[in-house]
Amino acid sequence: MKVIEAHNLTKRFGNFTAVDAISFEVEKGEIFGFLGANGAGKTTAMRMLCGLSKPTSGMGKVAGYDIQKDPEKIKENIGYMSQKFALYEDLKVWENLRLFGGIYDVPAKEINPRIDALLHTLGFEAEKDTMVKALPLGWKQKLAFSTAIFHEPKIVFLDEPTGGVDPAARRQFWELIYDAADRGITVFVTTHYMDEAEYCDRVSIMVDGRIDALDSPTNLKEKYHVHSMDEVFFQLARGAKAKE
Amino acid sequence: MKAISVKDIKRNYGKVEALKGLSFEVEKGEIFGIIGPDGAGKTTLFRILTTLLLADSGTAIVDGNDVVKEYKEIRKKVGYMPGRFSLYQDLSVEENLKVFASIFNTTIEANYHLIKDIYQQIEPFKNRRAGALSGGMKQKLALSCALIHEPVVLFLDEPTTGVDPVSRKELWAMLKKLQNHGITILVSTPYMDEASLCDRIALIQEGAFMKIDTPENIVAAYDQKLWSVISEDMSKLLKDLRANQEIKSCFAFGDTHHITVGNITPKKLEAYLKGKGHSDIRIIPIKAGIEDCFMELSHVS
Repeated sequence: MKVIEAHNLTKRFGNFTAVDAISFEVEKGEIFGFLGANGAGKTTAMRMLCGLSKPTSGMGKVAGYDIQKDPEKIKENIGYMSQKFALYEDLKVWENLRLFGGIYDVPAKEINPRIDALLHTLGFEAEKDTMVKALPLGWKQKLAFSTAIFHEPKIVFLDEPTGGVDPAARRQFWELIYDAADRGITVFVTTHYMDEAEYCDRVSIMVDGRIDALDSPTNLKEKYHVHSMDEVFFQLARGAKAKE
Repeated sequence: MKAISVKDIKRNYGKVEALKGLSFEVEKGEIFGIIGPDGAGKTTLFRILTTLLLADSGTAIVDGNDVVKEYKEIRKKVGYMPGRFSLYQDLSVEENLKVFASIFNTTIEANYHLIKDIYQQIEPFKNRRAGALSGGMKQKLALSCALIHEPVVLFLDEPTTGVDPVSRKELWAMLKKLQNHGITILVSTPYMDEASLCDRIALIQEGAFMKIDTPENIVAAYDQKLWSVISEDMSKLLKDLRANQEIKSCFAFGDTHHITVGNITPKKLEAYLKGKGHSDIRIIPIKAGIEDCFMELSHVS
């Protein structure tokens, strides 16, 4: 089943084409890496898919809803996490979860059991009443992700979720992503860590508003005759840089 | 004389010990990397060395001047590029550069040779407001502004955070050129793969250095048996490897898993994994990278 479909999705700002007729599909439960250099158009494309920005032309469907006609329906069915975690620092761990549960219409009687189950899975029980601002960064990040998927969305969008955390925490975070995908949540993720691109089922690489490559990491490495996603990225993005 | 000499610098924020007594020295002309995650204390250290924050105790000397008593001298001759973009968003590219040049009693022309390679890339946009630049161009402008007074020591706090891999490589190529002009560079980064581009590095975690040495020596001092393992089901492989008593640590590393092992042979491990239903198993003893070293050191401490 397809949970994201984009057909010739385009966004222009004045005479600048930020996203240039991109087309792709993402399957349910897939971990989809959305890569590209700074300024390639990733954020603009992601904002359109989240129902936050209207495309200039082209068509997009997310979680079964049209991004032009039903942006509010899309927002109900997705989760979103960026590097600037949307957690309330002055609320306790459980209060943050309670708040997001309420915002996303999780039935009231399900919220508390869900909070307890989640804290148990994360090994966070002892931190239930801790203020978020007192948590170490790696924990905040796990909590931000858990908050983004607390309402069991069909898709979660992660915008550079792992910037700055230590190597062990970065990997533990990816294990949470795997678990979410195993439960059927589709994961759409941007990252500048090329080792993380290897953890994705498929990756697309945006260059100057277009998707210049889209395949599994294994196939991309084969196609470009290289041994790492870093080299694949370098080959594709270097062409664009020459023009900058 | 050392370019930077730090002795037992401590700094608390309330109850939080941000820096727990750091000591290190940087030679003239060196590229010295401070490598560690967010919250490790990197920015606090940079702000103390650039005289913007006072330490609770300890001493720091930059190019022969004390950061407390002779802060004015230091401010004249160091360049600082903070992690957060801190130029004037409403001024144009050229205006920003002019402001920094005139603050330091110099002109763009006087030190153009130093910034030429970097500034030329953004010069076509010199009339654009700094706030309207792309991330990569902002970073080039910030570096140009930090260099315009020909500093003897350049402090770069996470210049590559959030920057794509191609732009990161370009930035490091620029740093090597600046080093050839004799400028000492102290640079911080959370990207472990950038460690090998420094002459020496300090691995920092929770306000303390775990190790200071050349990247080569740090890697050479790694004392664990390290193997890379793959099979056809990498997600299940991670769980099965962790369930084995002889495996001390197991983490995903790009398209392989890295494990540190106790008393087991590759053959025995392969038999174990076959028993768990894995196929296409490959187990290869490998040399550690900086990231392996960081994880091992932080595990121990």
